[in-house]
Amino acid sequence: MFNVIDKKMLAAVADLHGIPQGAYNIRKNGQGVERNTTANIDIVTKKDKPGIDIIVKPGTKNESVHIPVILSQGMSDMVYNTFEIGEGSDVLVVAGCGIHNSSSQTAQHDGIHEFFIRRGARMKYVEKHYGEGDGSGQKVLNPKTIIEIEEGGSAELEMIQIEGVDQTVRDTEVRLHKNARLIVTERLLTTSGQNAESNITVELIGEGATAQILSRSVARDDSVQVFHLNMRGYAPCRGHIQCDSIIMDKARVSSIPEITAYHSEAELVHEAAIGRIASEQLMKLMTLGLTEEEAENTILKGFLA
Amino acid sequence: MLQLKNVNLTLEGEQGKKQILKDISLTLEKNKIYVMTGPNGGGKSSIAKIIMGIYQPTDGQILLEGEDISTLGVSERARLGIGYAFQQPPRFKGIKVKDVLELAAGDNAKVNICDLLYDVGLCSQDYLDREIDASFSGGELKRVEIASILARKLKVAVFDEPEAGIDLWSFQKLTETFENLNHMSDTTIVIISHQERILRLAHQVIVVSEGMISEITTPDKFLGEIEKLETDCRCKNNCTFIGGRTDVQCDR
Ligand SMILES: Nc1ncnc2c1ncn2[C@@H]1O[C@H](COP(=O)(O)OP(=O)(O)OP(=O)(O)O)[C@@H](O)[C@H]1O
Ligand SMILES: [Mg+2]
Repeated sequence: MFNVIDKKMLAAVADLHGIPQGAYNIRKNGQGVERNTTANIDIVTKKDKPGIDIIVKPGTKNESVHIPVILSQGMSDMVYNTFEIGEGSDVLVVAGCGIHNSSSQTAQHDGIHEFFIRRGARMKYVEKHYGEGDGSGQKVLNPKTIIEIEEGGSAELEMIQIEGVDQTVRDTEVRLHKNARLIVTERLLTTSGQNAESNITVELIGEGATAQILSRSVARDDSVQVFHLNMRGYAPCRGHIQCDSIIMDKARVSSIPEITAYHSEAELVHEAAIGRIASEQLMKLMTLGLTEEEAENTILKGFLA
Repeated sequence: MLQLKNVNLTLEGEQGKKQILKDISLTLEKNKIYVMTGPNGGGKSSIAKIIMGIYQPTDGQILLEGEDISTLGVSERARLGIGYAFQQPPRFKGIKVKDVLELAAGDNAKVNICDLLYDVGLCSQDYLDREIDASFSGGELKRVEIASILARKLKVAVFDEPEAGIDLWSFQKLTETFENLNHMSDTTIVIISHQERILRLAHQVIVVSEGMISEITTPDKFLGEIEKLETDCRCKNNCTFIGGRTDVQCDR
């Protein structure tokens, strides 16, 4: 079962403080250790490669699936998960990976998540990444997320990596059909010598598709962040990318936008900003009695909330 | 009581050094309202920032209840009971109205955050959970700024053009709020303003121009002079009334 460290990581990545309600599959050190299915949500182990198929029946409402992954030793774990979100359903999917590495070996989790969101279905997807442990071994996470949203479907993605991951390359690809809707909220904090790269490509294929990407990040110390946010409009559609980074110390941030319209009624906007914390903001909080450091932490905490 | 003694301020501007404040001496007593007024660029906000510690004086002294605070930083002065409502408050992505007001109130247990918003003419239910981000209008931002000062228990409160961008209904409420603050506490209140209704609240009017205090007077006298300027000046254009002088300087 789960020890104290496992429980702490499950709380950090999946807000789990005990066994979750609804369907779940908990994977630890490369093995599935706990699973529950419901009348509407089935979870089946893949036969040809490591990973699971998650099948949500059409019309399923207000149910959730938790699929956290924890690594508590140096090792490399690779997993392929496929989600079938049935027509007209409305579900919450909580993924996330916690690494506790006190070894000198690298602990690495590479997850490929593929989603089919059928006609009129809605999915909220929350993915949190967290690393800890005082070993010299690197903590590496490379998630790949591929999403197909059929007519009238919608996906809301919350992707959060706030602490302790040394290396990450995050690839997200989304294709939207007629009247499909996407909202991506990304939060990223890197410190010390950490490296993070986020590549998001959104293709608006169907008429009336809309997509919004809101990315906020803080880069501290010597860390490096690179964002490639790419949106392509092939039909009358609307897309908006907003990429906002606070840079501190000796960090480096690149924000590389790309918007391409293949249709005259595609409306695409990209806004990117990188800057220090505004001195006026620090000053305002200091006039309320906070020290400079407290003011800084308050601003960062709010920004990444 | 707050005292400024022979305060000078020189700042490094784009065209080299610039003297912003020249030999400012002021005594601001507790339980009084002072209104600071004068032409744009005269140095009013700079005096406020010198009081708050945002600018450090090039020379001269600042005393709070007799203690020299000239070398203290912003946070330290804030903790001693000095507050400043910014002329142009910053916006914050991700920080809510209630976060700022709770920070401001600190352990001042008497404060009810909903009442504070009401005092500045905002309906609290709609605002407490809103982020102070780009979606905030100028007037809303100013009101939250004022509320963040009212939340604190202060010895000296400086409000920099609090009426700017505030609608007429709320303006009435705002003047009452300043009067109440004056009745309910010993706080030394300094309001930077150009509004007659605010000027009328003053025990003393301090006119600041060209980096100097050109006049310290009463509301009646000051407003009388303004009226004289209006009647005596025919061009209504670019004319100034240099504080302390009895005649109008008209360009035509
Ligand atoms: N940080 C700074 N660097 C350089 N010059 C400054 C700085 N701050 C203020 N000044 C200059 O000092 C002078 C006084 O500015 P201040 O903001 O104190 O005026 P004010 O009386 O508050 O004006 P207003 O009525 O327009 O608010 C102005 O000429 C301004 O340009
Ligand atoms: Mg000013």
